[in-house]
Amino acid sequence: MTDSSPTLPPHRRHLVPKLYGVMAEFATPSDLVAAARRSYELGYRRINGYSPYPIEELWEAIGFHRTGLPLIVFLGGLVGGLAGFFMQYWMEVINYPLNVGGKPFNSWPAFIPITFECTVLCAAFAAVLGMLALNKLPQPYHPVFNAPNFAMATRDRFFLVIEASDRKYNHDEVVQLLKSLGPLDVSDVDV
Amino acid sequence: MHTTAPVIDPGLTFASVTDKISSIVLKRKTPIWWFIGFAISFMLFQLMMLAITQLLFVGIGVWGVNIPVAWGIDILNFVWWIGIGHAGTLISAILLLLRQKWRTSINRFAEAMTLFAVAQAGMYPIFHLGRPWLAYWLFPYPNTMTIWPQFRSPLMWDVFAVSTYATVSAMFWFVGLLPDFATLRDRARSKPFQIIYGMLAMGWRGSARHWHRYEMAYLLLAGLATPLVLSVHTIVSLDFAVGIIPGWHATIFPPYFVAGAIYAGFAMVLFLTIPLRKVYGLEGFITMRHMHNMAKVMLATGLIVGYGYIMEAFFGWYSGNKFERYMIWNRMHGPYAPYYWALILCNIITPQFLWFKRVRGNLLMLWLISVVVSIGMWLERFVIIVTSLHRDFLPSSWGMYEPTRWDWSMFIGTIGFFFTLLFLFLRFLPMISIFEMRTILPEAEVEE
Repeated sequence: MTDSSPTLPPHRRHLVPKLYGVMAEFATPSDLVAAARRSYELGYRRINGYSPYPIEELWEAIGFHRTGLPLIVFLGGLVGGLAGFFMQYWMEVINYPLNVGGKPFNSWPAFIPITFECTVLCAAFAAVLGMLALNKLPQPYHPVFNAPNFAMATRDRFFLVIEASDRKYNHDEVVQLLKSLGPLDVSDVDV
Repeated sequence: MHTTAPVIDPGLTFASVTDKISSIVLKRKTPIWWFIGFAISFMLFQLMMLAITQLLFVGIGVWGVNIPVAWGIDILNFVWWIGIGHAGTLISAILLLLRQKWRTSINRFAEAMTLFAVAQAGMYPIFHLGRPWLAYWLFPYPNTMTIWPQFRSPLMWDVFAVSTYATVSAMFWFVGLLPDFATLRDRARSKPFQIIYGMLAMGWRGSARHWHRYEMAYLLLAGLATPLVLSVHTIVSLDFAVGIIPGWHATIFPPYFVAGAIYAGFAMVLFLTIPLRKVYGLEGFITMRHMHNMAKVMLATGLIVGYGYIMEAFFGWYSGNKFERYMIWNRMHGPYAPYYWALILCNIITPQFLWFKRVRGNLLMLWLISVVVSIGMWLERFVIIVTSLHRDFLPSSWGMYEPTRWDWSMFIGTIGFFFTLLFLFLRFLPMISIFEMRTILPEAEVEE
């Protein structure tokens, strides 16, 4: 728990942890989604919900609708497919043409299975690495881990954070808003 | 759906689901049967190491393979294991796309089974090479011989298919585990477990933005894994079908092999989950609904496989080709006929019991049927490989095949290796996907 403590002399103020945001803890997913929706309606944009399982309504409520992941996966698949086919084409037609049973050098139907496997392999890598990269994972430290009871976010508790970097952020107003939304607890989160 | 059994015990909550599954890994005392089971599996695993050592020291002659039967039970076991693996991908990917909620409590386990089975499968073709230390020649890498692999061969397709399948299955599994690693990290009491699960969780914190991308990635991976799993066994079947051997050169092979793989895989899932849910008290998660559904999948794929056998015989007769005709006659009446009829008994006759609801509801019966089907699928590959090769065209080049004790050691050893991995998985990772179980709880509904 921190406040921007005005009692400290200026040369010691850097020791006071900066504030990441205010976090409210909820008992049910419905409370969390309602609170997120209300905060968004009031104009807060740098808000985030934390839940033990994916809740579609939650990311809709905080205004996070689109992700670039499908495009990344598509490009991954495209690159994999083209690379897979032309790898075979180059090796079997250009670099080392070999007559196998009188088949044409560019016997493309026979190249399709490996082209397909390369497509899937690269697209799958794009999906996994793309998801991790967009989520900025691995990330060993994050301010929300400082919040009391946050370990319950992977069990049965639901959290909403309004971040201090929000343009509309005013500490007292935010605390008051979150308290009015029926939380179990409201606390400050240090950076 | 007329089966009224629920997908999940209605009394469960977020907290109880989390605690119950994570306590198996973190809190509960490791049961004595775990140590016994692990010890036996590990011993058999050592038998595999011995068999491999013998093989590498002496050479491939320690196996029973020779011309004309150059693909003995080694390639058989490759196909058998990889087929078993397919049920895991089917459950985790195809049933996800079909929005089958009942998959949720068995997908993690089935995916683990896939990975461990593919690990066994992958060893066989490599050791069957004769000079397995040159296995990397299969990959297209720039080399001093300035040659490239021959990509028109299904054996090359196999290299790409199996290695892609293993990689994608491992990634799918790991992505599925990520939120559960975070759960374990937050529940673990001891420092080493906190650190290890913490590193594996990569800092997962359940952020809504993360979940959105995560769900998208998971869905896309499922969409990619679905055609992949079909392609893998199709390509495995093409290893045979592209060859001109009577009994192999048939267009029915791809669908017939894929169905057989799913059939064998579900048999293995049932074989493993029926005792597991009992000993870990997971009847609330893996309910009778699951048993009924898996039995139905087995019945359906079993019928497709049965159709495949009938068509093989029909093609043999209808082709008018004397070698094809002789092949099917030889299967039914030749020296390996007992294998053929045992196969028919195991794979066509036995699953017919699954038509009856009483049988599907009887766990002992279901378990026994799954054992019989697993043996049947092994026999199927024996019949396809050995009876086709041992008498092909010229009677002067006919021969007989008998697996040696090193063949059997290797096979029994891979079963030991498979169970070794499985026991470690049960002990150290959540065998049921915790976060996905939360999503199917009644309290997960968001009320507007």
